[in-house]
Amino acid sequence: MSPDLWSLYALMLKSRLFEEATARLWHEGLISGEMHLGTGEEAIIAGVVSHLKDGDAMALDHRGTAAMLMRGVEPVPLLREFLGYKDGLCGGMGGHMHLFSKEHLAASSGIVGAEGPAAAGFALAAQYSRPGSIAVAFFGDGAMNQGMLLESMNLAAVWKLPVLFVCKDDGWGITTKSEVSTGGDLNERARGLGVPAVDVDGCDVSNVWEISHAAIERVRSGERPIFLHARCVHFEGHFLGFQPIRIVREPLKEMPKVAIGLTKSILRLDGAAISERIAGLKNVMSSVISTLRDPRRDPANDPLPHTRATLHSDQVRLKELEDHLEKDINNVLTTVLGEMPS
Amino acid sequence: MKTMFFTQAADDALAQAMADDPRIVVFGEDIPLVRRDLLVRFGPKRVRGTPISESAFLGAGVAAAMAGLRPVVEMYMVDFFGVCVDALLNHAAKTEAFSGGKWTVPMVVRAPCGGGYGDGGQHEQSLWGWLAHIPGLTVVVPSTPADAGGLMLASLRHDGPVILLEHKLLSESWLEFLGSGARKTVSFDIPAAGAKGEVPAKWEPLPLGEAVLRREGRDILIVSVGVSVHRALDAAGILEAEGISAGVLDLRTVSPLDKKALCKAVEQTGRLLVVDEDYESFGLSGELSAVVLEAGLSCKYARVCTQTTIPYNRDLEDQILPNVHRICASARLLMK
Repeated sequence: MSPDLWSLYALMLKSRLFEEATARLWHEGLISGEMHLGTGEEAIIAGVVSHLKDGDAMALDHRGTAAMLMRGVEPVPLLREFLGYKDGLCGGMGGHMHLFSKEHLAASSGIVGAEGPAAAGFALAAQYSRPGSIAVAFFGDGAMNQGMLLESMNLAAVWKLPVLFVCKDDGWGITTKSEVSTGGDLNERARGLGVPAVDVDGCDVSNVWEISHAAIERVRSGERPIFLHARCVHFEGHFLGFQPIRIVREPLKEMPKVAIGLTKSILRLDGAAISERIAGLKNVMSSVISTLRDPRRDPANDPLPHTRATLHSDQVRLKELEDHLEKDINNVLTTVLGEMPS
Repeated sequence: MKTMFFTQAADDALAQAMADDPRIVVFGEDIPLVRRDLLVRFGPKRVRGTPISESAFLGAGVAAAMAGLRPVVEMYMVDFFGVCVDALLNHAAKTEAFSGGKWTVPMVVRAPCGGGYGDGGQHEQSLWGWLAHIPGLTVVVPSTPADAGGLMLASLRHDGPVILLEHKLLSESWLEFLGSGARKTVSFDIPAAGAKGEVPAKWEPLPLGEAVLRREGRDILIVSVGVSVHRALDAAGILEAEGISAGVLDLRTVSPLDKKALCKAVEQTGRLLVVDEDYESFGLSGELSAVVLEAGLSCKYARVCTQTTIPYNRDLEDQILPNVHRICASARLLMK
């Protein structure tokens, strides 16, 4: 089977436009607190979620917007949830980190790694009540250092639970590079727990779709859980207003705030030897330097243009689709902002 | 007198202690960014980042403390103790008792806590009552920069495990990191006197378990911790204009509790109003009533606490967290 790239591109673009609109509302101050966008990981979500059927469950992390949208949650109540409105998806009680849709069997958590146990439990219920249904867990590579996720992988292996564990690996855990926080190899780690691992290119939706297709078939058959390891980038870093990205984007504004404290720390009498202080300074600056060189800044890692290029041959249809989606999201915004909650 | 922001004061006292005591090490998630000034001053051997593995690094902090270090372990938020509470509940809190008093755990756990900036019910809890419920843990909740520094120093010198909770509305750095993201388009109800204030030239430890009377009052005693102390002080100002004289006692540490100060102040007013941002049931507010009853005091009692999961909606959130309006309404009822 081959993927329908038109529908996958539509899913991704709709999600991208929706999240870009979300970002604008956040910058305008209409959304409070943190806001974790999934821009950059759309190919992974689309390539997996497009295989899901009624009865399948999703355990989502704090970055669950794209998965909710692509699974069919209505955009208006979703965005109204971000605004905290009473008629939002969760009555304004959860916000973007805690999205729940019972009818889609989709639940999110702001606790890193909590998707593991949740997916295992959804899959256990499926084993009893909905044979042939599966559960998908979406999480970042940072979560792979969280005990409960690894325990869930083992549990899923020994109980042969129908779980697809999807690791969206952007190489970062919040502001920390994974290379300094993660030992060994993630695929080997999964295999060591009895969960077969497979790599996919998270920037290539057709690759994700094809490999997920085979993986989900196996998971659905009840044979065993599978670990899907997808590399991706997050254009906005961990969340909007992410400090390392702010520093890179607006160095003249942001650097002085940081530099004063660091300079004082170098000059203070009491403290470590100068070599240790320099090592400390290198440590601090490495996250900024990594951000400067970051694949996040390379448009080649954006899954959308990648897919779009494959659809170029039919310019008319492409324009029609893009215009339609843009209009669609504009309508969503108008509706969301136009009516205050009762 | 010099002034400092809240977290700046806590960090400054920590730096003073680190300069004096090479056994103090600091670790937690994103610490190279969050405590970058300490990292540059004391080097990466003493200040380091961790994986997102709270059970491992908090548990490691316990044993490192047992083996001679004085670790400062940082949790991203008090809510995330949910992931690793075993290290506190069954280990940090038990070692001294299990060893017949021969082995202690001199560890400080720092965690941002509290709500009021729209992050939802999994990131805005207080939970000090839940932690203080466990014998063997000291739980500190400062409400001013001077207390943040003085209690930090006391916590570092204490030989048992201390959890020091920093309210995010008071913490200039946490609020920017998690609340505003450097936006100018959002604002929060930040208590000015708690976010920035006078600090001593050199830090001296403040006694753990000693409350402070922030305001004298004849009619009602309001007892609180953290941000709610400032809400209570604002309410007391309003009540004064109505002819109700309300005192405000800042507990500063939830455990050990300053029972003496509490009972003395309750005795003088005969009315106790607890303002607690933590959950109402089975927590600090009920504990205070028990302490007063056990002391044989009779008083009128009311409480203003958080009763439910904290809503994401900003308006609902402001209603559910203790606010000046609710405090005044409760105080007026107590006067009837």
